[in-house]
Amino acid sequence: MADAVISKPLAQPGAANQVAGIVVKAPPRELEREPMVRNQRSIGWISDAIAGVAEGKTPRWWWYAFIPSVIMMTACFSMILYLVSVGVGVWGPGHPVMWGWAIVNFVWWIGIGHAGTLISAILFLLRQKWRTSINRAAEAMTIFAVMCAGIFPVIHIGRVWFGWWLFPIPNGNDIWPQFRSPLMWDVFAVSTYFTVSVLFWYMGLIPDLAVMRDRAKNKIRKFAYGLFSLGWTGSNRHWSNYEKAYLILAGLSTPLVLSVHSIVSLDFSVSQLPGWHTTIFPPYFVAGAVFSGFGMVLSLLIPLRRVLRLEDIITLRHVELMCKVTLATGSIVGYAYAMEFFIAWYSGNPYERYAFINRATGHYAWAYLTMITCNVMVPQLFWFKKIRTKMLVVFILSILVNIGMWFERFVIVVISLHRDFMPSNWGYFRPTWVDILTFLGTFGLFFTFFLLFLRFVPLIAISEVKGVTPQADPHHPLGGAKGGHH
Amino acid sequence: MAGTANPYGIVAEFDNPADTMHAAGKVRDAGFRKWDVFTPFPVHGMDKAMGLKNSKVGWFSFLGGVTGYTCGMLMSWWMNAVDYPIVVGGKPMFSPFSAFPPSYELTILLGSFGSLFGMLFLNRLPRLYHPLLKNRRFALATHDRFFIVIETADPKYSETETRKLLESLGSRHIEVVEE
Repeated sequence: MADAVISKPLAQPGAANQVAGIVVKAPPRELEREPMVRNQRSIGWISDAIAGVAEGKTPRWWWYAFIPSVIMMTACFSMILYLVSVGVGVWGPGHPVMWGWAIVNFVWWIGIGHAGTLISAILFLLRQKWRTSINRAAEAMTIFAVMCAGIFPVIHIGRVWFGWWLFPIPNGNDIWPQFRSPLMWDVFAVSTYFTVSVLFWYMGLIPDLAVMRDRAKNKIRKFAYGLFSLGWTGSNRHWSNYEKAYLILAGLSTPLVLSVHSIVSLDFSVSQLPGWHTTIFPPYFVAGAVFSGFGMVLSLLIPLRRVLRLEDIITLRHVELMCKVTLATGSIVGYAYAMEFFIAWYSGNPYERYAFINRATGHYAWAYLTMITCNVMVPQLFWFKKIRTKMLVVFILSILVNIGMWFERFVIVVISLHRDFMPSNWGYFRPTWVDILTFLGTFGLFFTFFLLFLRFVPLIAISEVKGVTPQADPHHPLGGAKGGHH
Repeated sequence: MAGTANPYGIVAEFDNPADTMHAAGKVRDAGFRKWDVFTPFPVHGMDKAMGLKNSKVGWFSFLGGVTGYTCGMLMSWWMNAVDYPIVVGGKPMFSPFSAFPPSYELTILLGSFGSLFGMLFLNRLPRLYHPLLKNRRFALATHDRFFIVIETADPKYSETETRKLLESLGSRHIEVVEE
């Protein structure tokens, strides 16, 4: 009997899955909003549509995406093996540019992660209910992006086998990590960020893994999902503690995410180098991180909502709202670029002025121009509703945002280093094929994990999406309330 | 299934959150203690309808946070100023400012562990066995149905009276579940 209700495959739009026979009096026109879940879908439909993605036969497109990803991931690990066995000389960095792509990639990937935490934590505290449709996938993106990021600082140290000296573990020399260095703060910020992101993500998953357990058709799935759902029953006494813990985790993740990119920026700004030594860095890095992260969320979810037919849950409104966040953060980034130039002029310091003039007009002007085009001009297109509602255009623009943000980190790291105080310290940095393949390989790592996530775990928070529908509101006619809307 | 040898409790099924919440209020007023409501998502207002107090998870997070901050400060001080002091650019051996970032991160780290594990501890999870999870119809509690369960261990429980109460509250399907 229960099976008849549960085992419906991924449902198509149609009257059969809608809550029938209940007329809801519309609010006044000016208060009307597009609902979170379109077409008045029933609560059961939400389970079927989302959990259905991780059930049944593996679709062909998944393999077409998965196999190249695994190949790329293998390339990444082969490059790392080559680097470790030969030495950091296989990379481009050398005097005077001693920090090359490794740090650019590290900062870029970490920044990508920030949108996931912003969506899951900050938008939760701000009671932005639209976050429920996208938070799970965005948090998964955060975790995998931080994994990709974490590789680089470890492999760039040269003697990788001493990587554990970064942690306060007693070693043979009896020397401890130096807490007066921002690089040490970074170790704590990034490892905490990764751990807390995993905790937050897993806690959100517990009720949804219970959904998967109760739908499971074979013993292995039932056992695996049963194990990881920890015996969740949906008890209200449990929900009460769960919601409080979720709120606290959101409250802890908010200062965490703001601190992570601030501390990453301190790696630069605590030094004395013109172009790095600026107080604007922490807020500017955080805005840039959220900007690039939203670019990545858009690049991931626009194709997914279509391929998985989830347009009723990740609606046009969700995409539009994400475009608006991208526009806002992109404008902050543009303002920060302008302010950096102003302060360079206002400081009266010739080295500082030179660093910025060289940035815009020197040998790396092509990188600066790419950055300005993609980060300052492209997001301004999101002012127009016509552009925000064209999925293909938004998809392309979101990729440009990601490219632009990678170049921002390139501009900061490489251009600032390539010409400092003395002409004897001038040079030109070029990456090697190992640099390029390692970076491209991290996309393989990222997509391998992301595709596995899609295949085994509900990609949208099922219980949270159910909770924002009118059917879930005991004071709404669709939730069974008598006597109309109040 | 009524009249089983070792009953765990009586399970009443409801269709929507409003009916469930109304029924929960009545069950609370009837003075039951060992009972619970099971829903596919947290229903707002249900804590009040059940008469639950504010969750205590916050204390666990607080304890974790305080531990994290203290450990961070003590660690920076002991490692860099006591056990192996090294002069770096004339900076003080210990300063609360440079020790702050790692302490701040540890506050958040242990605070987060506190809230997750505090939640699991208060909910007595993980639990590998639960009588309700054996019931096939109860599987819908994670899908789209709402259940009120009153345990037989409740002093007010009576096979006939409790069933009558739940029927009068509009439950469509009532059954007794074995331990």
